[in-house]
Amino acid sequence: MTSAFQPPEPRSQVDDPSSPVARFGADEPLLLDAGVPLGPWQIAYQTYGTLNAERSNAILICHALTGDQHVANVSPVTGKPGWWTTMVGPGRPVDTDRFFVVCANVIGGCMGTTGPASTDPQTGQPYALDFPVITIRDMVRAQAALIDRLGIESLFCVIGGSMGGMQVLQWAASYPERVFAALPIAAAARHSAQNIAFHEVGRQAIMADPDWRGGRYLAEGTRPTKGLAVARMGAHITYLSEMALHRKFGRNYQDRSAPTFSFDADFQIESYLRYQGLAFVERFDANSYLYVTRAMDYFDLAAEHGGSLARAFKGSATRFCVISFTSDWLFPTSDSRAIVHALNAAAASVAFVEVESDKGHDAFLLDEPEMFAAARGFIDAAARVRGIA
Amino acid sequence: MDPRTAAAQDGTRLDFLLVADMVAPGSRVLDVGCGDGSLLALLRDRKGIDGRGIEISREGVNACLAKGLPVIQGDADTDLADYPDDAFDYVILSQTIQATRQPKIVLEQLLRIGRRAIVSFPNFGHWRVRLDLLFKGRMPVTENLPYSWHDTPNIHFCTIRDFVELCREVGAQMEKAAALDAGGHPVRVVLPWWAWNLLGEQGVFLLTRR
Repeated sequence: MTSAFQPPEPRSQVDDPSSPVARFGADEPLLLDAGVPLGPWQIAYQTYGTLNAERSNAILICHALTGDQHVANVSPVTGKPGWWTTMVGPGRPVDTDRFFVVCANVIGGCMGTTGPASTDPQTGQPYALDFPVITIRDMVRAQAALIDRLGIESLFCVIGGSMGGMQVLQWAASYPERVFAALPIAAAARHSAQNIAFHEVGRQAIMADPDWRGGRYLAEGTRPTKGLAVARMGAHITYLSEMALHRKFGRNYQDRSAPTFSFDADFQIESYLRYQGLAFVERFDANSYLYVTRAMDYFDLAAEHGGSLARAFKGSATRFCVISFTSDWLFPTSDSRAIVHALNAAAASVAFVEVESDKGHDAFLLDEPEMFAAARGFIDAAARVRGIA
Repeated sequence: MDPRTAAAQDGTRLDFLLVADMVAPGSRVLDVGCGDGSLLALLRDRKGIDGRGIEISREGVNACLAKGLPVIQGDADTDLADYPDDAFDYVILSQTIQATRQPKIVLEQLLRIGRRAIVSFPNFGHWRVRLDLLFKGRMPVTENLPYSWHDTPNIHFCTIRDFVELCREVGAQMEKAAALDAGGHPVRVVLPWWAWNLLGEQGVFLLTRR
């Protein structure tokens, strides 16, 4: 063991993050789907705007696989703007001048909520693979405990894209009376075989890196940066589309006019992916990547309701708006339509928009005016019904 | 003043008011091809209905969202099959049947999903349409049928008499029927079908399963 080892950058936010943290003692454990209690535990979050006197204007934003709580503020790790400033902020569809916006790091994450990089109080070492496997429902349970702690009985709206959209659906199914409106974007009620396959490739890349050390890399002073970068490179392709890649990079060479007859990054797309991989390892923990991808793989909302997705939403008074993108092949429109069909069968109130975009799954994070128009229309109309000024 | 006249002056479409007259307050309504949601909003605001919509255009769906209407972007020809039996008290097909690929199947779906169906459509048997064909020898282009034959969403025009025949074929019973003249006013007098077919620019029908 190398005692002089300085924790890498992602570790800096793990136990004592720069955002607010709700801490729960060993007497308030989080009861996980894996059948084990997790405690003590903590959840790191950010808030924007002001909770009104009626406590009726709270919006919860759920982040995606590699997102965090810094939805609309500069990231303390990368120094870059928040990941959804186009959607959340003053005058944005999620208007922080009108709504009290909460976003929390998921359980299993590495930005201040308890995860595999957190210090295990029993050993004083990072949990690593001793951390229990978590689920989307566990993430939502943790958020519900935070919402309780913040004194919010019912959320005006729960919003999220991709894995965030899975959490939105889980919120609506687990706590229907606490969710007035739900906006799942580019999401699915279950992870597809193809998506599980991609995740498995990413996990195997991490675990094949000798520096992963059976998961105990933090304790041993190494980091599986190569494996994690490869995992990110593979996953990143699935977030784009063939058309977007062609438009952005084509077969263009990177800083050269001819191939070098080597395995250097001749093509712009190669250089771009390598950059994406390197940037990612600066901010994300490899074991968190294993745990959070696993949570997505296990997600199948119908399975916990006897195989019927409609039953998950039976009697729901929540207003739903489902949004998908034409070129998203990771969470295709058919996944969103399956949600809509189930909501219809459950006689729930549901709107659905398929946004025309060639940007693939990532479209939900990008400047998509049709998505903003749909979200704004849905949120404003719901706010009128709820009596939010 | 006739409430219809008053409403017409505030810009509400007369055929919408005729449809609204046929809908019981507080009922569950699906509007297939709901456009910008004007009819659903009217039914919600005046009849207190619990309304849903299907609309094929994204602009229409976004306009509906802004009105707070739960509307799904979809296609009447394919998506009605996903709804359970008797899911709604009324299923409305307003000025849409002529744009469907399979009007008969759509009509059967309406009667399966809803306890009642309300169908309104432009009548191709109207005297002006007939005169256009007779004297000009051209497909008619009127205020209610503004498209050229080669560039129109309306691929299955029918006359009121054709529609009455289709209702018989699918086993639909007509509870109410009305024809609107070119100004959107109901053709008031009790007339035989052939006269409605000649004088009505639009037909509006309230149907149930036989």
